[in-house]
Amino acid sequence: MAIRQISVFVENKPGRLAEITGFLAEGGVSIRAFSIADTTDFGILRLIVSDTQKAAEVLKAAGVAVSITEVVGISIPDVTGTFAKVVKVLADAGENVEYAYAFLTPEAGHAYVIVRVDDNAVATAVLKENGITVIDEASIL
Amino acid sequence: MEKVYFNPDVELASRDYLRAVQSARLIKMVENCYNNVPFYKKKFDDIGLLPGDIKSIDDITKLPFTIKQDLRDNYPFGLFAVPNEKLVRIHASSGTTGKQTVVGYTQHDVDVWAEGAARAIVAAGGTKGDKIHVSYGYGLFTGGLGLHYGAEKLGATAIPASSGNTHRQMQILQDFGSDILCCTPSYAMFIGESLKAAGVDSSKIPLRAGIFGAEAWSENMRREIEKSLNIKAYDIYGLSEIAGPGVAYECCEQSGMHICEDYFYPEVVDPDTLEPLPDGKYGELVFTCIGKEALPLVRYRTRDITALSHEKCACGRTLVKMLKPKGRSDDMLIIRGVNVFPSQVEHVILSLGMEPNYQIVVDRVNNLDVMTVKIEMSDALLSDSVRKVEDQENRIKAAMQTTLGVSAKIKLVEPRSLPRSEGKAVRVIDNREI
Repeated sequence: MAIRQISVFVENKPGRLAEITGFLAEGGVSIRAFSIADTTDFGILRLIVSDTQKAAEVLKAAGVAVSITEVVGISIPDVTGTFAKVVKVLADAGENVEYAYAFLTPEAGHAYVIVRVDDNAVATAVLKENGITVIDEASIL
Repeated sequence: MEKVYFNPDVELASRDYLRAVQSARLIKMVENCYNNVPFYKKKFDDIGLLPGDIKSIDDITKLPFTIKQDLRDNYPFGLFAVPNEKLVRIHASSGTTGKQTVVGYTQHDVDVWAEGAARAIVAAGGTKGDKIHVSYGYGLFTGGLGLHYGAEKLGATAIPASSGNTHRQMQILQDFGSDILCCTPSYAMFIGESLKAAGVDSSKIPLRAGIFGAEAWSENMRREIEKSLNIKAYDIYGLSEIAGPGVAYECCEQSGMHICEDYFYPEVVDPDTLEPLPDGKYGELVFTCIGKEALPLVRYRTRDITALSHEKCACGRTLVKMLKPKGRSDDMLIIRGVNVFPSQVEHVILSLGMEPNYQIVVDRVNNLDVMTVKIEMSDALLSDSVRKVEDQENRIKAAMQTTLGVSAKIKLVEPRSLPRSEGKAVRVIDNREI
């Protein structure tokens, strides 16, 4: 059920992000969603891509540090308060949201949200119990 | 200015007198080594040398050399020539792979060291009536206690301020009226700037001289310190293996440091051939501890590159001078007065289970040494969480601090991004202009 996300270490220097995304393009890997977390010295680029395995191979071959993590994907309707409900459900279950990011979907009137929690199984279960749609990798790619 | 010496009998002695003292002490020392240090007995036996073969200081070249590795191999007390009940003090400095270099002192050795430091204080214009403000670190590092005991030996007043807490240092300078400041030159610069930032006019505080050592500093830096603190700044030399600060010291001429050669016999040798070099030729400084009991090192290679000068000094002292060291014959770095070897950094990285792909960058920021260790990121260190990556950085930082005894910034960089030349990594970039 969980979605695989690739994290990439990016030093803060001009052009580096262009190079890294260029490697993916050359490898024929398409980016579905991404977010960047940054500090003074480095950033972590988190990606959901069309072919996770391929992306990891391409990046490692180019000498980029890569890590794969499983995250939870949710589809939420564009209705006020829906995201608040998602976060509340997770909080009530004792799941801490480390980070989250949203992206557009082909499904009209909906957004997909990626959330990173401590325990994917627990989060998935409580979300479903509360009528929230949890999506799998196939539905994004 | 009237010329004053702490021990004029020695400091102004004739060459003949010095040689007689050196010869007698070398003979005694070699006997001590042969009879009480199995390491030296074996070394002497290996080359067929008997204590009786050493008849004068000229025979010193017959003796084998000692290196830092020998101290490490015999860690911690294997080279001590006296039983524990005769030891009164132990100091230590960081070694090359996390193991410290340990040195022991008898009461006699502590007195010898204090004598050297006292000579240094007097050569810098210090008197019994002065307050000697010691801002070297106190502890296993020899800086603090070395100058402290020197001040007391002279009968001056020691102020054991130790290093750090610059606000309090400034308060002591102003309120206690310190006469002489002893610390690393970079810390002296920092204190000078802090005083200026606090709006204190350095010409209004009594301080008139400084004794600065434990790290390399230039004539430029000397002028800056002299200007900012409104003092005269003197260099001092020492290393824990030999004693500590006070092995050699500058006089009013500020043109090299007089070596306490009655206790620490110096030679300068070619670091490759180990052949002794004449006056004026730069090479590796070697010391023989002819006047020490607990750790009588024979021809110890300091790795410092310098030259000796027996030219008559205008200050009147006849003790041989060593010129300001030009560098090292090994890769040791001195960071804020602390000895750091790249191999120690590598050791920490390996001990954390990481690949040894690193580079050490040293800068001088606001006159303080800043060491940054760049480490190449690996898949194993990476996480999707910034917090976890920062935890890794902090873990490395803490391990460096523990092993090196000095803080380092940790900067994770991309894999394969550190330069390699002909397969051999460029480990150290020292940007300090000294």
